[in-house]
Amino acid sequence: MLEIKNLHASVEDKEILRGINLVVNPGEVHAIMGPNGSGKSTLASVIAGKEEFEVTQGSVSLDGEDLEDVAPEERAHKGVFLSFQYPVEIPGVSVTNFMKTAINESRKGRGLEDMPANEMLKLIREKSELLEIDRKFLSRSLNEGFSGGEKKRNEIFQMAMLAPKVAILDETDSGLDIDALRIVANGVNKLKSKDNAVIVITHYQRLLDYIVPDFVHVLHNGKIVKSGCKELAMELEEKGYDWIKQEAAV
Amino acid sequence: MRQADAVNRELFTENDKNMSLKEKLISSFMAFENNVDVDHPVHDVRTEAIKNFEAKGFPTKKEEAWKYTSLNSLQKVDFSIFPKQQNALEYKDVKKYFLHEIDSYKIVFIDGIYSSFLSETTHDGVDICLMSSALTKPMYKQIIDVYFNKVASKDESLTTLNTAFSREGAYIYIPKNKMPKKPVEIVHFATGNEAALMLQPRNLIIVEENAEVQIIERHQSLTSNEVLTNSVTEIFAAESAIVDYYKIQNDNATASLIDNTYINQKGKSNVNVHTFSFGGKLTRNNLNFFQNGEYMDSTMKGITILGEKQHVDHHTLVHHIEPNCESHQDYKGIYGENSTGVFNGKIIVDKIAQKTNAFQQNNNILISDKATINTKPQLEIFADDVKCSHGCTIGQLDEDAMFYLQSRGIPRREAQALLMYAFANNVLESVRIPELKTRINKLIAKKLGVNLGFDL
Ligand SMILES: Nc1ncnc2c1ncn2[C@@H]1O[C@H](COP(=O)(O)OP(=O)(O)O)[C@@H](O)[C@H]1O
Ligand SMILES: [Mg+2]
Repeated sequence: MLEIKNLHASVEDKEILRGINLVVNPGEVHAIMGPNGSGKSTLASVIAGKEEFEVTQGSVSLDGEDLEDVAPEERAHKGVFLSFQYPVEIPGVSVTNFMKTAINESRKGRGLEDMPANEMLKLIREKSELLEIDRKFLSRSLNEGFSGGEKKRNEIFQMAMLAPKVAILDETDSGLDIDALRIVANGVNKLKSKDNAVIVITHYQRLLDYIVPDFVHVLHNGKIVKSGCKELAMELEEKGYDWIKQEAAV
Repeated sequence: MRQADAVNRELFTENDKNMSLKEKLISSFMAFENNVDVDHPVHDVRTEAIKNFEAKGFPTKKEEAWKYTSLNSLQKVDFSIFPKQQNALEYKDVKKYFLHEIDSYKIVFIDGIYSSFLSETTHDGVDICLMSSALTKPMYKQIIDVYFNKVASKDESLTTLNTAFSREGAYIYIPKNKMPKKPVEIVHFATGNEAALMLQPRNLIIVEENAEVQIIERHQSLTSNEVLTNSVTEIFAAESAIVDYYKIQNDNATASLIDNTYINQKGKSNVNVHTFSFGGKLTRNNLNFFQNGEYMDSTMKGITILGEKQHVDHHTLVHHIEPNCESHQDYKGIYGENSTGVFNGKIIVDKIAQKTNAFQQNNNILISDKATINTKPQLEIFADDVKCSHGCTIGQLDEDAMFYLQSRGIPRREAQALLMYAFANNVLESVRIPELKTRINKLIAKKLGVNLGFDL
């Protein structure tokens, strides 16, 4: 479904991704781990189409279509979703209005009519209950003054609303206490199906206890230096990244 | 010199194409005098005013206050000073320019002439009627003596030009403890009957102790013929009075407006002026507050959204004359294409005006490389125990926010609009007529060229 081939990306002439290969099939959960600054968020942004990063070599394709010239919003319409490590605060736009706009613009992008208001309300109610989000929360300005945990929970709420094909969760677990982590993981698992895929970027095994990965990749210095199954994550939790770095240096 | 001028005046007729606008106005004053009561005391005020205008002429860019706004090209237009014939309009054709969702009193002018057909005035406990009556009928004489031209500047040239020709406009008198049943709309239509028309409405609004009024003002040209409006509004808010004044400036691309508003406030009163500048060719807003009392609040808010070659210049002045008062200014601007904006906010705090709280904020977004904004706070603070804050920002739209919205499927254009909408929209919080708020929201969405996916 998602295929990344020899991906190189730079910002301001500084190469950050240096040849990434990754294939994600429907139904799979991939975890990407790796030290700070290794390029995890950059990879996520490049998949979502952030223009600040220049792809200098290689490609990202979705269902066989090269995404090179596809704008971020069109990628979203095709089913790419990024849960941001640092969700942006947008004062003056309520969560509800934002979500309505996002849903209807996505539908427009797919050639569909606006969602009828009652259906929209039902969907919002259903998904906010899934993520145990308070009603009052929905009328607040998007991410403005939200705690770290509230921001992350709101990201997954958006994911639930938009029902993407490929969801990338960039450190969604950071800032969450154990209860919130459980709610968020439960939300993600409920949305999982054999037709969609999730890429979880995390530092901790903790989240992977709930969202169990089929594959674990270690990113270091802009490259995937090791891939394995879920046991690799446990090993990393125990031993840290130094041994990987050493292995990679050899 | 004087004599030569007098001779010149006689030689020129209104249709002389070679005459400068200033000369034309001065010579027109004599024609104007044939149609007003020159024995009325108000006429002494007019005569004094035309002398001032004759001496000063139109302001030029050499003056600090007009550094960024040029009236040169407007002075080259051959404006008619008096409309030659009376025009009529059907309500259904101009309905959309009224806040027709609610009931309102209406004072409507067509090419500067009162339209009784489109208006709804009242004398039921309050006076919502015409300046021409107030300036001529004996029953208003006492009030005119006390208030007319008492807060308007006697030496600012455009104000004195308006004073010289003051004859028509809105007259609103709200006695003590009264509040009209509904808001008042003051609407000026220009029909394009003249190739180019200059209008000079003069409004007088007196709100007595503990009284209240809501006013919506709009200037609307209905054709692409040139219009220049030089308007003066005097507002007197007595003790504990509340005045909400909304200016909707969404005129055609060939209409220019110079708005001179002077407000005299007394203790515990509350005056709020909102200015929505979305249209017009050249707009200059001179908004002047004089705080003559304690414990009062003056609010000036504005949303400016411009494109093409539009120009808006906001000049505000708040003069804190006595202690314990507040002023709040919040102007937001969004400038696209080749548009230009000016914000100049002057705050004067007199030595005795201790415990003044004066806030001023002007935030701007430039969405085109060719758009410009000049923003300048001017603080003259002579008291030591005051809280004054001011800030101006000029920025572009935040690219991280843009990417965030786009990544959720919102196209770039709509994302831009949503961010601009959010940027401007908090100014609307203080609009106290819900239908007007909705209307302005819609105008903003329209001006930004989007149909946002939610109900405004
Ligand atoms: N916009 C940017 N401009 C310059 N450098 C950047 C930018 N974004 C990321 N980087 C750099 O790229 C590297 C990878 O960053 P990032 O992808 O955020 O890492 P991770 O998410 O793995 O912690 C870091 O060295 C970071 O400083
Ligand atoms: Mg990161």
